[in-house]
Amino acid sequence: MNWKSFIIGQLTWADLPHQWFTIGGTGAIFTMLGAAAVFLTITKRWRWLWKNWLTSTDPKKIGVMYLIMAFLMFVRGGLDALMLFSQQVLTVGPGVLGAKHGYLDANHFQQIFTAHGDIMVFFVTMGFLFGLINLIVPLQIGARDLAFPFLNSLGFWLYVAGAILINMFFVLGGEFAATGWLAVAPLSELQFQPGTGVNYWIWSLQISGLGTLIGGINFVVTILKMRAPGMSLMRMPMFTWTSLMSMLLVISIFPILAMTIALLTVDRYLGMHFFTLNNAGNQMMYWNLIWMWGHPEVYVLIIPAFGIYSEVVSTFAQKKVFGYPSLVAAAGLITLLSFTVWLHHFFTMGAGADVNAFFGIMTMYIGIPTGVQIVNWLLTMFRGRIRYYSPIYWFFGFISTFTFGGMAGMLMALPPVDFQIHNSLFLVAHFHTMIVGGALFGIFAGITYWFPKITGFKLDEKLGKYVFWTWLVGFFASFVPLYILGMMGATRRMDHYSPSTGWQYLFLVSLIGALIIVVAVILQVVQLIVSIKNRRQLRDTTGDPWNGRSLEWSTPSPIPFYNFPVIPQVHSRDAYWEMKKQKNKSPIIYEDIVLPKNTAMGIYLAAFLFLFGLAMVWQATLFAIIGLTGAIICMIKRTFDENTEYVLPASEVEKLDKQYRLTV
Amino acid sequence: MNSVTTLNLKKETENNDKTTLGFWIYLMTDLVMFGVLFATYTVLRGNTFGGPMDRNVFNLPFALSETLILLTSSFTCGLAILALQQKNKIQVILWFSLTFILGITFLILELSEFSKLISEGNSWQRSGFLSAYFTLVGTHGLHITAGLIWMIICLFKIWKEGLTSSLSRKLTLLSLFWHFLDIVWIFIFTIVYLMSGI
Repeated sequence: MNWKSFIIGQLTWADLPHQWFTIGGTGAIFTMLGAAAVFLTITKRWRWLWKNWLTSTDPKKIGVMYLIMAFLMFVRGGLDALMLFSQQVLTVGPGVLGAKHGYLDANHFQQIFTAHGDIMVFFVTMGFLFGLINLIVPLQIGARDLAFPFLNSLGFWLYVAGAILINMFFVLGGEFAATGWLAVAPLSELQFQPGTGVNYWIWSLQISGLGTLIGGINFVVTILKMRAPGMSLMRMPMFTWTSLMSMLLVISIFPILAMTIALLTVDRYLGMHFFTLNNAGNQMMYWNLIWMWGHPEVYVLIIPAFGIYSEVVSTFAQKKVFGYPSLVAAAGLITLLSFTVWLHHFFTMGAGADVNAFFGIMTMYIGIPTGVQIVNWLLTMFRGRIRYYSPIYWFFGFISTFTFGGMAGMLMALPPVDFQIHNSLFLVAHFHTMIVGGALFGIFAGITYWFPKITGFKLDEKLGKYVFWTWLVGFFASFVPLYILGMMGATRRMDHYSPSTGWQYLFLVSLIGALIIVVAVILQVVQLIVSIKNRRQLRDTTGDPWNGRSLEWSTPSPIPFYNFPVIPQVHSRDAYWEMKKQKNKSPIIYEDIVLPKNTAMGIYLAAFLFLFGLAMVWQATLFAIIGLTGAIICMIKRTFDENTEYVLPASEVEKLDKQYRLTV
Repeated sequence: MNSVTTLNLKKETENNDKTTLGFWIYLMTDLVMFGVLFATYTVLRGNTFGGPMDRNVFNLPFALSETLILLTSSFTCGLAILALQQKNKIQVILWFSLTFILGITFLILELSEFSKLISEGNSWQRSGFLSAYFTLVGTHGLHITAGLIWMIICLFKIWKEGLTSSLSRKLTLLSLFWHFLDIVWIFIFTIVYLMSGI
């Protein structure tokens, strides 16, 4: 037996950072960690961090941690985007830094777009959404915590473990998958990708995907079982509805992703032949499986954003949302239809005219419920008294970009047209319009809208509007040229092209657009800092800064850790709006509250699984065994831990609640 | 004090309720995973790459005996849950031990079938069909193994602590899991073994 490979697998000295980007990446990671450590030591906050945040099972704190992590990953993915655009501009000139064209060689360019896609979908958009859902859904349904508080913490830490693992290649190995964000087979097989890059892809997504699946189960049970008395399904706020649908999608599709990745894993690790070119594997099966997950995944991202827009529109137009049942039905229909369209991602596969026609028509059907929702929002604003605060600006931005991108989508739903623009930059522009202009704008609207609820003070309004306009301008400047380029025949994932095409100036516009977005993101950070500085003036003293309609606004801001001193009784839709209208308040009768205790087991378990994943990347058997065994032992220990809750006596609740009401 | 106990009791019923629903949902997600494996198996069934076809490698009477053993283990598992409802500790231990023995017999039979195939040169590396077969049946086997580990831990706990309410909940979920694996096996028996005879 070879002991060295048993312990450290294929790892060698040569795998330590030596290229400029791995040295830079490692340097950046360690500088940031070092700075954070120094800050925590100087301010003596290690204990505070561990006890109040990292081990917390409170969905509000986990939600904030999700948002922070997602933002960090957003910066990371954004740097990738800048590198891609700048390469495409510089590629016409002479090559530098050892590259034949531009400054990135083809293989490195491929790794960058792969990482960019994975990070933006799995760790940014999903992270932001899980953060917002964690923060807001329990409040909207009048619950104190989630159905499984420990699993929530575990899900978050698995997400973090995946996020660290996807960046680990900077430190160990120096290469990521060069396959595109879905690692399509057979390109991702050992034959074509013999290095550890695809292994990083596999284990990072497998671990974070497990976290997402756990989160999905948790939220479905929470929403179905823990609503306040009187809140029937058809009285739920729209954001809760759309979160429920999104989470139902998660539990239906993430098993498919897990299994597809597992099949690729056994292909690579055990020499099986699911998707290989030889021994009768079937490569197109990979495409089918991954898009059976991948297309509904897009709706996992966008449907909660629809809910956020519904909340924002009805609050700032000061009207109840127009056609609530039709909004719910439309969201439900989108959820169902999303399962029937996956093949439109590969019309060119050669499935034949009938199959393509079916999937083309189904794809166009999705436009109907989406259109219904847009009409609903517009009619909500109709004859409303709109207050122009920044959350509704994001909604206006969304309506314009989303309809624009949706039209492009309808165009591509036609198989004959798709044959022309398949895998072109037109497609890239389309899905960025949907995910940035749809999901991400929704997330920004949501964060601005709920920020006072989370922190107790509003974000700076004026800067908020600057942020919006810079984002919008930057967004259009960067993606409209891609539509044009796609029409002109520029394919996606293209690291160089001939200067004679005359495409360079369009890529340059795109790059400038991306730089405007950078300014917008810097402004967002400035907005946050300025708001924290001016938090006294921006303070939300009422708990209801926007004259809101749903239950989360009935609590003081920031929300006390037990959410509701007394679980509210719901009598109608827009529960809090109705409560505000009824002036006669019933006397408050306080009760004992049972709350989950903090636990570090989620961190330990995720750490062991991280070790397992990293060891599997390098096929370091010993550490893989340690990681897996450790994880199983942690799980068993937690299962038999009976002491997971504590009681907050009624007298204590009363005292705390009165204190809150005094300061308000 | 009294109010605290009623509160705990109320919370416990709520928690039981949530755990059961959560576990059902987990089982459904697991079913989707098996669904993917069944689909890949069906697609790759004919991809033998010159190697053996399904009708050459499977032994139907052998698979039937595996099936009967697993079905019997499901039956004994059901008897264990009946005993659990009657709070009969000895019977619970007895029936679960029997389930455990049947489960491990099933696992040994499955592994012996695997090793026979491998020794004949028909491992998972041979063809797409054999990859799909080993993965589908092997994943079921892994689930059985997880169930057995869970069972042995629970048995140990019952022996030490008696039938506490939290253990009862775990045993109920375990029986759900076990019946679920039984159903999946029925599909494996039909789609893999019976269809090889057609």
